[in-house]
Amino acid sequence: MNAKGYVHKYGDNVDTDVIIPARYLNTSDHRELAVHCMEDLDRDFVKKVKKGDILVGGENFGCGSSREHAPIAIKASGVSCVIAKSFARIFYRNAINIGLPILECEKAGENICNGDEVAVDFDSGEITDLTKNEKYTALPFPDFIRNIIDKGGLLKSIEKTKEK
Amino acid sequence: MGMTMTQKILASKAGLDSVKAGQLIKARLDMVLANDITAPVSINEFEKAGFDSVFDKNRISLVMDHFAPNKDIKAAQQCKQCRTFAKKFDIENFYDVGEMGIEHALLPEKGLVAPGEAVIGADSHTCTYGALNAFSTGVGSTDLAAGIKTGQAWFKVPSAVKFDLRSNLSEGVGGKDVILHIIGKIGVDGALYKSMEFMGEGLSSLSMDDRFTIANMAIEAGAKNGIFKFDDLTRSYTEEHIKNASGGFGERKWISYDPDPDAIYEETHIIDLSDIRPTVAFPSLPQNAVTVDEIESLGSCGKIFGITADKKGRIRLDQVVIGSCTNGRLSDMAAAAGILKGTHIAKDVRVIIIPATQKIYRECISRGYMETFIDAGCVVSTPTCGPCLGGHMGILAQGERCLATTNRNFVGRMGHPDSEIFLSGPQVAAASAICGYIKTPEGEQK
Repeated sequence: MNAKGYVHKYGDNVDTDVIIPARYLNTSDHRELAVHCMEDLDRDFVKKVKKGDILVGGENFGCGSSREHAPIAIKASGVSCVIAKSFARIFYRNAINIGLPILECEKAGENICNGDEVAVDFDSGEITDLTKNEKYTALPFPDFIRNIIDKGGLLKSIEKTKEK
Repeated sequence: MGMTMTQKILASKAGLDSVKAGQLIKARLDMVLANDITAPVSINEFEKAGFDSVFDKNRISLVMDHFAPNKDIKAAQQCKQCRTFAKKFDIENFYDVGEMGIEHALLPEKGLVAPGEAVIGADSHTCTYGALNAFSTGVGSTDLAAGIKTGQAWFKVPSAVKFDLRSNLSEGVGGKDVILHIIGKIGVDGALYKSMEFMGEGLSSLSMDDRFTIANMAIEAGAKNGIFKFDDLTRSYTEEHIKNASGGFGERKWISYDPDPDAIYEETHIIDLSDIRPTVAFPSLPQNAVTVDEIESLGSCGKIFGITADKKGRIRLDQVVIGSCTNGRLSDMAAAAGILKGTHIAKDVRVIIIPATQKIYRECISRGYMETFIDAGCVVSTPTCGPCLGGHMGILAQGERCLATTNRNFVGRMGHPDSEIFLSGPQVAAASAICGYIKTPEGEQK
């Protein structure tokens, strides 16, 4: 599986309140949530984002609330993957569970710039900044998590395990 | 090799003799929890997966606390969806308006969490129950749907940071000041993926409410969980509350866990409780900790964390909120009432007080706190998370400033993205409500 798109870059500690403000949590509809994605951090994000684009963040991306609405809003806005120096743990679990690819890579989080075109190979964890012609390698997923991803998410992995 | 408290509980719940940091395990759960904004996402996933049973109807809690009493039609639909699910599966611990309280104050009060138990909740502040020597952590809605179905969850066994508490808290200083001080020291990712384990002789000067407040905000340092060493206070609290649990749950056995003498802690922080002063977190991160003394010595137009004091050196407020899963318990209400009694709040400040559960609300009436609050010019709300997450009951307009006893001061958390949130304990909040600017409680000046 691969992704390729243009980068929207943000800083450290991007919290789930700015990813999807709580005032919109009165719905679980994916499309409605996507309309307000990143609203309190970057009001124009939803106008700028195109299918396949990539979010790049600094340390502790997705900190704060456990709301799964945050990765849902990002995924439903068309973003193909999130790259960050580090992720908050609940966001990390949620992204994997709902099938939003995320990659942890200190250097990529540091060097990739807003607007760069980036390609990602999820199998190898290789991140290529096509604009700058630079390559980075993300930390690989542990096998246990890889298994959840391969089976199509947590609940599907439970169903498939049960069938055996 | 020695294990931490968290590692011991996880080993026991995974049916293993021992575990070590980094190991992936599947653990049995004693309680799974969701609220009116996270449960609907879980229920959608649960139904999409075609599940038709729950693992144990007594071990699921659904609490309608965030946008309830319903703030709008969409919120009403979400509560209705939870209600229908609870009826369908005969969920014992479904708490609707009238019975509900803020979930992390409610579950311990109802005896639904005990030492040594493992709890997941689709709410990041689920880490609160670590105060009871339990392992509890926040997860998302899909993890929770899996928990409702299987009674299990996967975890990466966390490494740990030790907080060795020494000495005693000073008068007028509480659990909130301790945790804001700690987060100020280690940062909002200072314990990322780790357990924060609290122990030491200083524990004896912390009430259960102080411990709930401290464990509650472990997530604000990025921690997987916060957990306190078990002592006589934990025992008496547990014994008093567990017998109230419904569904035959009051009879259950529980076991406490101490850390092994050779448990591995990646870092140890010695915290002298007597050094801690009333503390406020400045916008827009809980790590922006400043003592009230520093605020009071700011001087004319002094600046700190990007906030400028006025000509008199004051940080003026538009609103004060006293409540939430962090500081909406009876001792918080008592602290606020003690300061507000016989006084009146400043003219240009709105003060919203929210007792966290119906039991606390009732106790506020019988102890006369309610009269104190109302006479002082405050408004008192039925239990709800409400303004803490910018839901309802006290949303901020552009440019407004609020001092709240809640847990997060992120951009836009309580309303307009250009509003500002300061966090403190109930003493500073009440004293500041009277003055209209951030201030040390009377008698606490140096």
